[in-house]
Amino acid sequence: MTSVYESLFLHTVARAIVPIIQVFAFYVITHGHYSPGGGFQGGVMLAVSIILLRISVGEESFERFPRNAGIVLAGVGALCFALLGLAPLLLGGSFLDYGREFFWLPAPTAHYWGIFLAEVFIGILVWGSLMAIYDTLAGGGEE
Amino acid sequence: MRFLVLALVILLGAILVWGATDLPQRGDPLAPAAVHESVAVHYIERAYAETRTPNMVTAVLADYRGFDTFGEAVVVVAAAISCLLILPRRSPKAEGGGEGSRPAGTSAGGSR
Repeated sequence: MTSVYESLFLHTVARAIVPIIQVFAFYVITHGHYSPGGGFQGGVMLAVSIILLRISVGEESFERFPRNAGIVLAGVGALCFALLGLAPLLLGGSFLDYGREFFWLPAPTAHYWGIFLAEVFIGILVWGSLMAIYDTLAGGGEE
Repeated sequence: MRFLVLALVILLGAILVWGATDLPQRGDPLAPAAVHESVAVHYIERAYAETRTPNMVTAVLADYRGFDTFGEAVVVVAAAISCLLILPRRSPKAEGGGEGSRPAGTSAGGSR
């Protein structure tokens, strides 16, 4: 795995900064309606926070975010996004037709929440994908 | 086999470049997107009324062009799956076992 630097400063700074990165990532994902941002950017930030833990803290980061969690998160995100798109087809609409999907809401509000859910699922998907890519690249090829 | 794959990749790239030459020039006033300006005008005028989303980019990205965004997201997942498939695992123990044996493989690597 990656080399773990035995540095108190690095551990402390990483442990302090990772929650801030993650909170800002949730802000970027959920605030995509009003400002630049969205699922892709926020997902990258979530992945970067985990990668920072992998580099600095190292072994302990696998306890909360195990090695195979990345691809599972990516698959769950992609599946949820696909279901979000496919559900309106069963109700007689077209692909990703949020207005048909959330039919009990007025149409603009339904689109609002559809966009929100799509951004959240994209965030989960990108988060898991980049974690999986990093873990594979950093952990593969060594004896 | 290797040359067949290389030839297929080059062929695919050539097809993509050939398709890209058919795109209109940037800023072309006769481009279909400029001539049939109902799409762009529709986004600018109606995006907030239809989606309650002040950020027009988000409305276009996740709603009007949601299918395109879905494709982008699937490409990211495909990249991750390709990494897992192509790159070798650290040890046979980590590869052969189920979910239980992978933390053991990583812990063995960490104590290196």
